[in-house]
Amino acid sequence: MTQELEKTTPAGDPIADPGLPEHQYRPQDVDPAQEKRTERQIATMFGVATLLLLGFCVAYFTIDQDALIFVNGAGTGGWSAMNFTLGLTLGGALLLIGTGIIQWAKKLMGDHEIIEMRHPARSSEEDRSAVMADINAGIEESGIGRRPLIRNSLLGALGAMGLPAIVMLRDLGPLPGDKLMHTVWKPGMRVVNDVSGQPIRPSDVEVGQLVNGQPAIFFETDDEGHAVMHGHDVLNAKAKAAVILVRMRPEDITPAEGRENWGVDGILCYSKICTHVGCPISLWEQQTHHLLCPCHQSTFDLADNGKVIFGPAYRPLPQLPLAVDEEGYLVAVSDFPEIVGPSYSFLDRDQKKLDEEMA
Amino acid sequence: MSQTYTPVERTATGKKLAGPVGWLDERLGLAGPAKKNLRKVFPEHWSFMLGEVALWSFVVLLITGVFLTLWFDPSMAETTYTGSYRPLNGVEMSVAYASSLDISFDIRGGLLLRQMHHWAAHLFIAAMFVHMLRVFFTGAYRKPRELNWLIGLGLLMLGILGGFSGYSLPDDLLSGTGLRIADGMIKSIPLIGTHVSFFLFGGEFPGDQIIGRLYMVHILLIPALLLGLIAAHMLLLVYHKHTQFPGPGRTNENVVGYPALPVYIAKAGGFFFIVFGVIASMAALFTVNAVWIYGPYNPAEVTAGSQPDWYMGFAEGALRIFPPLEWSWFGSTWAMSVFIPGLGFLGLLFVALGVWPFIERAITRDEREHHLLERPRNNPTRTGLGVAGMTWFGLLWIGGGNDVIALKFGLDLNAITWFLRVGIFVGPVIAFIVTRRICISLQRKDNEVLTHGYETGVIDRSPDGGYSERHAALPIEKQYAVTSAKERPKAIEAPELVDENGVDAPRSRRERLRHRMRRFYYFGSGAVDKPTAEDMAHAEEHLRGSNEHPIELGEDFQGVSETGVPRVH
Ligand code: HEM
Ligand code: FES
Repeated sequence: MTQELEKTTPAGDPIADPGLPEHQYRPQDVDPAQEKRTERQIATMFGVATLLLLGFCVAYFTIDQDALIFVNGAGTGGWSAMNFTLGLTLGGALLLIGTGIIQWAKKLMGDHEIIEMRHPARSSEEDRSAVMADINAGIEESGIGRRPLIRNSLLGALGAMGLPAIVMLRDLGPLPGDKLMHTVWKPGMRVVNDVSGQPIRPSDVEVGQLVNGQPAIFFETDDEGHAVMHGHDVLNAKAKAAVILVRMRPEDITPAEGRENWGVDGILCYSKICTHVGCPISLWEQQTHHLLCPCHQSTFDLADNGKVIFGPAYRPLPQLPLAVDEEGYLVAVSDFPEIVGPSYSFLDRDQKKLDEEMA
Repeated sequence: MSQTYTPVERTATGKKLAGPVGWLDERLGLAGPAKKNLRKVFPEHWSFMLGEVALWSFVVLLITGVFLTLWFDPSMAETTYTGSYRPLNGVEMSVAYASSLDISFDIRGGLLLRQMHHWAAHLFIAAMFVHMLRVFFTGAYRKPRELNWLIGLGLLMLGILGGFSGYSLPDDLLSGTGLRIADGMIKSIPLIGTHVSFFLFGGEFPGDQIIGRLYMVHILLIPALLLGLIAAHMLLLVYHKHTQFPGPGRTNENVVGYPALPVYIAKAGGFFFIVFGVIASMAALFTVNAVWIYGPYNPAEVTAGSQPDWYMGFAEGALRIFPPLEWSWFGSTWAMSVFIPGLGFLGLLFVALGVWPFIERAITRDEREHHLLERPRNNPTRTGLGVAGMTWFGLLWIGGGNDVIALKFGLDLNAITWFLRVGIFVGPVIAFIVTRRICISLQRKDNEVLTHGYETGVIDRSPDGGYSERHAALPIEKQYAVTSAKERPKAIEAPELVDENGVDAPRSRRERLRHRMRRFYYFGSGAVDKPTAEDMAHAEEHLRGSNEHPIELGEDFQGVSETGVPRVH
């Protein structure tokens, strides 16, 4: 077989070990005056540290928490006086304590280097044999090798112990069901401005403009004036239903088959949620009709059915078919015909179901 | 260090100590282990402090974290903010976010705590990274320390998870965006991803559960695991004793340095205060994670140029530059352009780091214990691989900020992305080749200085008018340090394709593979051997000649700098 490694021992070294260099005396070792001075310096550091810590307490009680320092000419910016003072007194004290201790170790404590011998990590051959003998005795006396019935049934039971632990996790959350298939959009629901909640007329959107929209239901109130949806229900719904409206010149748009009537006067509505991993998309280039996701720069062509033209996203941006209601406001014709948001492990199955529902 | 012949029991301290030491020892029997460890020797080198920085920043995280828990409320219930930060007055937000604002503006010193906690987290993870690089490039992970290397990787991974979970707690716009991306990555796990996401978030993203659950992970699970692993890391360190750099008097069989009690403990303990003090000063001077600027999380909003904390940057970069790739099998969607970069690259990094010591050992079949560190140049292949890995990591990291770079330098975003798509394959290869060459050149340079002396900067004029620069031998300590721990290149044996009886050896294929790997591994160090004893004897004679010059250079002479001034230490 292969020859063993050539063992390099220090004997093979070209230079013999000159041994540890001689101990060098420090000024403090030979000059008592210097020693005293160092001692005083170190004690001073500890003393100043104590004062700084007291200063911390004083600052805590005396400085106004809203006070700013270093405010620039425009009256903006500025640092919190309290944060600044507390931080620097604390930091200064800690640095002084640390420096003092290290100075003490370096300049005054004994500085003779010590040699300690190493021992191999392994134990002695006897110890090893003894351990193996013990393990062997344990195996023999328990008869674990001779009694496969007991052993295997025990292993089975222990394995089954994992089941409750896993089963218990079931109630961490509901099953996905068809929740990711649908959003709150319904036929006839108005697209409203995402800040004011005002419904939008086609004439409110100019060519080249992008408007952030939401489904009207987020702003609806019941008879007693309470919001219909609130709290995290709104956030969950928003995470899928947020949209953008863009208006392009109708001649620039190349709708796919079946989408010819999804827009109103060149106004198209797309999901705002990136199909990559779900960031809200926001950067609109009017000239090129490109919409860029700020997270990983997937770029979608909104004049061309939300097609991905760059970046890591795979699916085009889903489009919401638009119409105008009798009062002249923009409304959804239906829910999104395509699944919105990031791809998930059984999106494809859901999409097929959705296609059937829509058909 | 007073040398005394009085038994310790009769010294002043001894008399005072006997009581407590006896009391404890009769109950705990600790004198045995304490005897071995109180004066344990620790070698010194600046790079050994990197691990200490990580350790002490973790302690600072514990201290500041415990304070933060006193005021932080991890609830996702909706509330209306009424605190003293006026721009957000009346805004609907989660209780978690409101309590982060309260800590920042209404709890005195709270902002300092938050900023110290966050800066300590940065320092903790950065120090772990650099510490790991130190261990890698000096070969400190070699036998018997492989298990401690693995523990270290566990620490790094937990640290990153700790950082991510903490970053998510304040429930501001940035932290919610980070969670949204994490949710997308989880949903991309083939077959089970959607269920995992629903279970983690307690339903649909974002739900009202995740902050509370992450809080438990952040303040209990991860710190507990970290504490356990750190304890194991330290115990193994003490058991193996610290490695040391080669030098006079330092061998593979000993360890030279200062005793733990008192010098090392004082220095390390003092260093804790330094790390703590630096973190406190940073928190006083530099804002970190100004959550009040971003506003509460809203899944329909995002700030441009939103960036995760830097240690997630490389995964972010991978997500950005990966091309679209997705397919369906029987109704299940495989979103590979999310799954591979998001979770696969991270896995790849840690698996590669984890198996490396074992691969190296399989190549070298080196059964010895290694306690002397290697200089990176003396192991060109390892160093090359390390730099290749750093290049890969760095390019992905650049990818994580490609939009910022495009904006700052007026570059085309698509061009950067394409550059990186190619670069992450080509860059590491180039880095490997270049690094290996540099290492070999440095070894040659070492040999040259050893055998021909170093350039003193002193110009001699010979009687016939010629000029030459005088060379002088390195101090013997340096000569020894450079040569002693350098491995001689191993003989690269031919693979045995058949055994003695002329039968195809069953393992020949494996042997051939190993042979090829050996060639690859040793090519670098095989190219340059250190000088032999004869070479050195020769050199000494030659350089002694130059010292018999009429003008002595003197004992302390260290050469002359470019400006003509004699160098001193
Ligand atoms: C494993 C090491 C740890 C790391 C890397 C880490 C990191 C972080 C980070 C980056 C934040 C965000 C801070 C911000 O900008 O507001 C955070 C928040 C927080 N951490 Fe930690 N942490 C660690 C350990 C701990 C421990 C041990 C505790 C408590 C026992 C703790 C308690 C908290 C709390 C309460 C917050 C929320 C504070 C706020 O947002 O106002 N952390 N952590
Ligand atoms: S989330 Fe939009 S590109 Fe990644």
